[in-house]
Amino acid sequence: MTATGAPADAIRTSLASRTAGGIGESTLRPDGVLKVTGEFAYSSDLWHEDMIWGHTLRSPLAHAAIRSIDISRALAVPGVHAVLTHEDLPTAVTTYGLEIQDTPVLATRKVRHHGEPVALVAADHPETARRAAERIRVDYEELPVVTGEESALAPGAPLVHEDRTDHRSGRVPHPNIVHRQPVLKGDAAAAARRAEVIVRGEYTFGMQDQAFLGPESGLAIPAEDGGVDLHVATQWLHSDLGQIAPVLGLPENKVRMTLAGVGGAFGGREDLSMQIHACLLALRTGRPVKMVYNRFESFFGHVHRHPAKLTYEHGATRDGRLTHVRCRIVLDGGAYASSSPAVVGNAASLAVGPYAVDDVDIEALALYTNNPPCGAMRGFGAVQACFAYEAQMDKVAARLGLDPVEFRRINAMEQGTLMPTGQRVDSPAPVAELLRLVKARPLPPERGWENGDGTADVRALPGGLSNTTHGEGVVRGVGYAVGIKNVGFSEGFDDYSTARVRLQTAGGVPVATVYTAMAEVGQGGVTVHAQIVRTELGVERVTVQPADTGIGSAGGTSASRQTYVTGGAIRHACETVRAQVLERGRGLFGRDRPEWAEAGLRLADGRVLTERGETLAELAEVLGDEPAEAEVEWRHRPTEPLDRLTGRGNGHVQYSFAAHRAVVEVDTELGLVKVVELACAQDVGKALNPLSVIGQIQGGTTQGLGIAVMEEILVDPVTARVRNPSFTDYLIPTILDTPTIPVDMLELADDHAPYGLRGVGEAPTLSSTPAVLAAIRAATGLELNRTPVRPEHLTGT
Amino acid sequence: MRVSFTVNGRRQEADNVWEGESLLFALRERMGLPGSKNACEQGECGSCTVLMDGVPVCSCLVAAGQAEGRDIVTVEGLADRAARRSGRDAPGTSLQDARGWRPDDPGLSPVQRAFVDAGAVQCGFCTPGLLVAADDLLEREPRPSDADIREALSGNLCRCTGYEKILDAVRLAAARTREREGER
Amino acid sequence: MDFLRPAGWEEALAVKAEHPDTVPIAGGTDVMVEINFDRRRPDRLMDLGRVEELRDWEVGEETVRLGASVTYTQIMENLRTELPGLAIASHTVASPQIRNRGGVGGNLGTASPAGDAHPALLAAGAEVEAESVRGSRRIPIDAFYTGVKRNALAPDELIRAVHIARADGPQQFSKVGTRNAMVIAVCAFALALHPRTRTVRTGIGSAAPTPVRAAEAEEFLAGALEEEGLWESRGAVPPSVAAHFARLAAASCAPIDDVRGTAAYRRHAVAVMARRTLGWSWESYRGGRSAPCV
Repeated sequence: MTATGAPADAIRTSLASRTAGGIGESTLRPDGVLKVTGEFAYSSDLWHEDMIWGHTLRSPLAHAAIRSIDISRALAVPGVHAVLTHEDLPTAVTTYGLEIQDTPVLATRKVRHHGEPVALVAADHPETARRAAERIRVDYEELPVVTGEESALAPGAPLVHEDRTDHRSGRVPHPNIVHRQPVLKGDAAAAARRAEVIVRGEYTFGMQDQAFLGPESGLAIPAEDGGVDLHVATQWLHSDLGQIAPVLGLPENKVRMTLAGVGGAFGGREDLSMQIHACLLALRTGRPVKMVYNRFESFFGHVHRHPAKLTYEHGATRDGRLTHVRCRIVLDGGAYASSSPAVVGNAASLAVGPYAVDDVDIEALALYTNNPPCGAMRGFGAVQACFAYEAQMDKVAARLGLDPVEFRRINAMEQGTLMPTGQRVDSPAPVAELLRLVKARPLPPERGWENGDGTADVRALPGGLSNTTHGEGVVRGVGYAVGIKNVGFSEGFDDYSTARVRLQTAGGVPVATVYTAMAEVGQGGVTVHAQIVRTELGVERVTVQPADTGIGSAGGTSASRQTYVTGGAIRHACETVRAQVLERGRGLFGRDRPEWAEAGLRLADGRVLTERGETLAELAEVLGDEPAEAEVEWRHRPTEPLDRLTGRGNGHVQYSFAAHRAVVEVDTELGLVKVVELACAQDVGKALNPLSVIGQIQGGTTQGLGIAVMEEILVDPVTARVRNPSFTDYLIPTILDTPTIPVDMLELADDHAPYGLRGVGEAPTLSSTPAVLAAIRAATGLELNRTPVRPEHLTGT
Repeated sequence: MRVSFTVNGRRQEADNVWEGESLLFALRERMGLPGSKNACEQGECGSCTVLMDGVPVCSCLVAAGQAEGRDIVTVEGLADRAARRSGRDAPGTSLQDARGWRPDDPGLSPVQRAFVDAGAVQCGFCTPGLLVAADDLLEREPRPSDADIREALSGNLCRCTGYEKILDAVRLAAARTREREGER
Repeated sequence: MDFLRPAGWEEALAVKAEHPDTVPIAGGTDVMVEINFDRRRPDRLMDLGRVEELRDWEVGEETVRLGASVTYTQIMENLRTELPGLAIASHTVASPQIRNRGGVGGNLGTASPAGDAHPALLAAGAEVEAESVRGSRRIPIDAFYTGVKRNALAPDELIRAVHIARADGPQQFSKVGTRNAMVIAVCAFALALHPRTRTVRTGIGSAAPTPVRAAEAEEFLAGALEEEGLWESRGAVPPSVAAHFARLAAASCAPIDDVRGTAAYRRHAVAVMARRTLGWSWESYRGGRSAPCV
């Protein structure tokens, strides 16, 4: 492939790192230099000789029958190589999906949401493709839309999927419900009678977008064997592959996928976007096809975080002990299932938060509607619940006259606590300690905007550069929140990863190579993988091979699981390699030195050492010319499905916890918010790379800040059309919106996990939002039951 | 149409450019310089930031034809630019420079090096634009306050880092540059 | 599509005369967004980047003649004394990168009610110098905005410059957005005190189909200041006067609900900004500290 900075070769040569760092060190990213020089090849940077451009025609309507599609005028445009509709799909498999295969590759009889793909064009220039797409005539017959629980479940409601046959369809109370999960523990009704204080609340959570910066894009190259090579940005190559190959009618080994550079993901690349489309066009035209969404299209190109309505009832005794929690969480899944069932499972099982409560009655469900499809985003169902239960915790504390942190401490779960699912938390759960840590931090100085000469620096004030206040109306507020997130795939999912590690000598020096299909999306997996190999095999030089489908699945870069699961696989592969090396060494040198028979031999600094640190041999001597290599599949402890009716089951493999304290300054007259500081404390089990861990915590915290005060995809309630698909009107925090984010990191080992580590990526996204909301409530005295908070809500206008 | 301009000190030319094409598209798809990024193409993210005649601009909002005859610097040319600024002959490294804070530096500008060292790079998609903006800031203001850094980078969105490490990186680059210049 | 690169002003006018549908492009910060997002496909794009005279400004006795392509960054850096309101407004425009390209000519050409320059121009007092092969004319800013994204230019005219009255008193500009940087106005308010004529002028953005002045509020405030002798005494503006001024400013809005905010909020916010900008400006007039933007 003649690519500008061909991704594979570039990564292969540069990821050979020479730093000595093993786990626990803040080693630097092996791809960092490529990324700062502009040479790192992202999926939108790829180029190939003879390449043409793919383009997608999308539905302007949210719900409509397709009467006919006329592509003749598009085909007549000079420079157009192909125009495809559902009629051109090569096999009977015309839909895909992560769990329920309900998503059409191209709309067939109807469209179910605004922006659904209807036709594809390949042309010699993107502009040619756009002009051709404009000439495709689609005759739509508009249908009534389903936009929420009321319209979805009303008698005679239009069915989003009229002929459901999926495995969940027989178990849901209504065909417009994707999945429903109750979780029952104890007797909530009886406990409610013991409660001395009962607080009820209804909460609304807006639709958040992942807003990764690298748009959906990739390059499909037809191969001589009738297959296709696909270079793409994704979170899980093998999950994509399993959905792509059947639609193309190709065996999986003829769809060779390579991970291109990924410009962020955050859940938004778990579902397919342009993958099948580019392959179809490439196979049809016999030309390499590049597809790149622009930002407008990107808002239609991936699923979003589920908006939710949450109804909670908390009861407590006067001394501050929770008696019970009842809640109902309704998630809007939009037009297609995506990962809605798993999001429901998370929302249900984590609905109470990190608290010990004996009597619980939870119901969570996801709807089918004609709104944009929703699925995975960082925090995955736990985020919406945390926003609501933490608001409730503050309200109960206020009713009891207790300090909100003290009230949480009284009810905080700890190791050994039973979850509402009945699962015992069998590793550290330092909820109270995390809250103590954020509370113990000194508060940032008051009136930090004052220049000292009586003038104000507006950059430090609500409104920022827009010059809305010089201190007038500004009130400070402080708020706290804590959350619980599961790590890894849950509910009995076979969660594994595959890793191959090879140890050999090159130029007389031992060198290791690690090969997995893990999607590096920015999180730093490539950094940590090399560190694990250094620690386990005692070599300095480690090459991380590019990820592709030439090896078995690594599972997704999602659910905070990669360091745990693929890290675990690499560690296990290293152990196997080490055993081979020691076996070889015993054969070669064991007769002369009895120490070779000892237990506890290890590899370090390129040598074989005894437990006491004596050198037995140079690694290079033992290896000679013959590499030691192992490929393993590694699994974490199995989980169990949740009972359909009671939600009981050991559904999760690990939990992670983070707490935040938010300090905000609110312009109470204009309803504008400046977050001054957002301190986080998180238990990370073991920080394999502290710099990366802190980066994850600060990034996750900031995404939580975004949904607190600005981020929301607005969908017209009448037409179900998206109203703000652009970075002009879907706002994410700038550097002037983001405060300092001091981090306290606890390292309490989870003995079940590799190195005691705990997945870190998601937990900080949970508690950030409710902490900011709590701080705004403290500043304004308002109830604020929805997020994001808009100036209208703070000013009563 | 044909367009011709200087990129990173080299004359570049492209034929058959569609009149509606942006400078960003021309750089990425016609000149083999995909370092400038295409995150929003509406001037709301800064990932496509380049210097045009020495001034940071969003290359997605410059029509390719408007760049005719202009001088463009992209992330790919940042190291050479920094080297020229510090009086070195690009791209070689003098012995004096080699004895500086990073003897094994593979030809990175101070701000590029600092982004790697400070952990300011995660997915890296925003990085090229931030580097160009940060480099411009440090050229104008060698001792920026935190508020100055925030203001100068307020047109560059990052979705991964929460910006803390980016601030660290700019402070680090400023400190190293001052240290290095103090040594001269 | 044709891409035209006139080397000078006369040539640009000739192109516009021959093909009035030609879309001029200078900073590109509006036009290119529309092209990139496939919302606009003009037959002709005309780059004004080579027309040097559009990038010059002249500071005269009474006015500043600001070339149409003078960038917001240049205004912020060079004209803070002469055009303080416009300088503050310029600082709120989008991002540093956009401020390095965009200018007032483009803002006027697009005539979006959300354009950040408009309220400051209305408050300072300005005339748009429009030119065609037929000749040059000055359009008073109050007559320039004729509808949503419509202006008083004839199809063959281009904006050569804006003549803005030099500040003879304190000016302020304030804009509400739901982010602390790089944000389009939910609504904006500009205020200029004109002690020489003992008048007050205002400008409101994003709260009506066009940028508007709050005429009634201006008259009321000027009257109240006169009546209480405050221009001479430089005494404090009574809170009741400020409050009524704010109410009248809000009343002159005709806002709508849209994705950026509700009509009710816009009215409310305009009132708050009117009161605050009056406070800052008057404090400055009184000789107190004029809390600067940055």
